[in-house]
Amino acid sequence: MQRDFHPRGQATMERVVQDGVQRVCTESHDRPPPELAKALEADQMKTIVYPEGSLMGDWKRGETIAQSGRGLTWNDKPGEPAGGSCYNCHELSPQELSHGTIGPSLRRFGKTRGTSPEVQRYVYGKIYNAKAYNLCSQMPRLGASGTLTAAQIKDLVALLLDPASPLNQ
Amino acid sequence: MRALAFGAALALACAAYGQDVAKEIQRYRQMVAEGSPAELFELDGEALWKKPQGPKNISLERCDLGEGPGVLKGAYAHLPRYFKDADRVMDLETRLLYCMTTLQGRNREEAAGRVFGSADRPSEFELLSAYVAGQSRGVRIEPGMSHPKEKASYELGRALYFYRVGAWDFSCTSCHGEEGKRIRLQDLPVLYKPQYARPVIATWPAYRVSTSQFITLQWRMNDCYRQMRTPEPTFGSETTVALIHFLTATARGETYHGPGNKR
Amino acid sequence: MAAGPMKMRASLGAGFTDVRVLMTHPMETGLRKDPDGKVVPQHFIQNLTVKLNGKPVIDAQISQAVSRNPVFSFRLKGGAKGDKIEVSWLDNHGESAAIEAAVA
Repeated sequence: MQRDFHPRGQATMERVVQDGVQRVCTESHDRPPPELAKALEADQMKTIVYPEGSLMGDWKRGETIAQSGRGLTWNDKPGEPAGGSCYNCHELSPQELSHGTIGPSLRRFGKTRGTSPEVQRYVYGKIYNAKAYNLCSQMPRLGASGTLTAAQIKDLVALLLDPASPLNQ
Repeated sequence: MRALAFGAALALACAAYGQDVAKEIQRYRQMVAEGSPAELFELDGEALWKKPQGPKNISLERCDLGEGPGVLKGAYAHLPRYFKDADRVMDLETRLLYCMTTLQGRNREEAAGRVFGSADRPSEFELLSAYVAGQSRGVRIEPGMSHPKEKASYELGRALYFYRVGAWDFSCTSCHGEEGKRIRLQDLPVLYKPQYARPVIATWPAYRVSTSQFITLQWRMNDCYRQMRTPEPTFGSETTVALIHFLTATARGETYHGPGNKR
Repeated sequence: MAAGPMKMRASLGAGFTDVRVLMTHPMETGLRKDPDGKVVPQHFIQNLTVKLNGKPVIDAQISQAVSRNPVFSFRLKGGAKGDKIEVSWLDNHGESAAIEAAVA
C-alpha cells in the first residue's frame, strides 16, 4: 500500500495504514469474534466527544448535510464544509427518491423512538462513531474521522429525531 | 380494511411501474449498444495507434499486447497477463505505457502526464483502450492465470477487495459486497461473484453518457479509491493491476462485448 | 472539441431501412460554465439533412437540448441494398460534416 499509493490534496499517507478496527474487520471478513468485538466497541465508545447542552440542531440544515457527498477526498478543498453522504446509503426524507439501500431506511426514525436525552445521545454517538455500536459497520466514523463538526452532527440528530422533520412525517 | 386494499393496490401499481421502468432501461441499453458513441472513440484510438510519436518517431503498431507484436485480435480479452520483457503482470493501460516508453522511446513522465482526460479532450490511454478493447469483441475473457506472478496478482487483488482502509474504513465490499444494494440510484454488482462480474467486465472500458467521457478500468480503480477517501493509487501500479486481474479472472469465460455505455 | 469522426450503419429490413448515425459534436448549450467560471459559448448542430440516393428525405432542425455526441437513429420506408444514404449536419458556427454509406 505504501509503495503503490501517493498523497494527493488532503488525502495523506497515514490513511493507508490500517487501524485496529480496520485490521480486525479485514481479517475476520467483517465477522469479528464477539468477545473481541465487545472490547473494541468499548474502545471506540471512548472516542465519542459529546458537545455541551442540547444535541438537537436544525433539521433543515441537517437535510442539506445529509444530501452532500463532499469532504475528505483528494478533490475536496481542506477546510470546506463536508457532508454526511447520508443519502448514498440511506432512505431519509420521503421526498428524496434518489437514495441508496446499503444502510437501513431511516424513515420515521424519531417517530418510533422519541426525543429523550438517551435517544439523542445514541443518535449523536452513532453518527460520531458507528463502530462503537457495531464494530465492522460499513458506516464511516463521521465524527471521529473529522468529517463532520459537532454542529453538523447536531443538525443530523434533528433531521432524524425532530417531530417536524420531513423524515418523521 | 379499505386502507389495506388501497395499500395493496398502490404496491401493485408501484411494482408494475417498476417493471415498466426496468423494461424501458433495457430497451434504451439495447438501442445504445447497437450504435454506441464508444465507436467514435475506437475510431480516434485507431488513428492514434497508427500515429508515429516519440523520439523514435514510430507508431504503436508493433506493440506486443500479449498475442505477438501488433496482434490486436483477442489481446484485450487475455489481459491482465505476465510479460517476460517487463517481468511483471500488466493490464492494458500499463502495457500501453510500456510500449510508449520502450517502443516509442517516450519519457515516462511525459507519456503518463495525463492519463485521464476530459469530455473535451480524451487522454491517449482512453482512446487507445477503446480501440484495442474493440478488437476483442466476441472473444472469450481469459486473463493469464498460469504463471506464478499471475497467480500472485490474482491473490493480491482478492485480498485488496476485502481490505478495509482509508478515512472512512471502506473496502470494495462496503459497496460491492452485498446483493441487491445500490448507492443513490446506482445498482452495485457484487464483483467477487462471477455471475455479477461477467456482465460488468464484458462491457468495460466504456462511454459514460452523463459526462461524455470515455472511462477505463484504471480510471475506475482510481476513482473508487478517491471516494474511499484514501490517497491516490499510482497509475499502472501492482495494486491497480491486481484488482483488475481479480475482477477479470472472476469474469472469465464470458464473451467480451466490446466497449460499452454507462449512465 | 472539433468535429470528430462520424459513423453510420444502414441496414435493410422488410420494406424499410434502419439507419443509425453517431456524430461527434460538443453540443454546448451556452448555459454551462467552465472550471474558471466563464460561460462556454453555444456550439450546437442546428440542421440535420438525410439524403437517399441524392434526394433529401429528412430535413431536421435540432436544438441545444440534444446532448453531446448525438446518436440519431431513424427508419426509412423502402430502400434497397446498395442505396446511398448521406447524413450531413450544419452547426451554429457554420461548421458542417457529412458521411455517406451504402445500405447493407
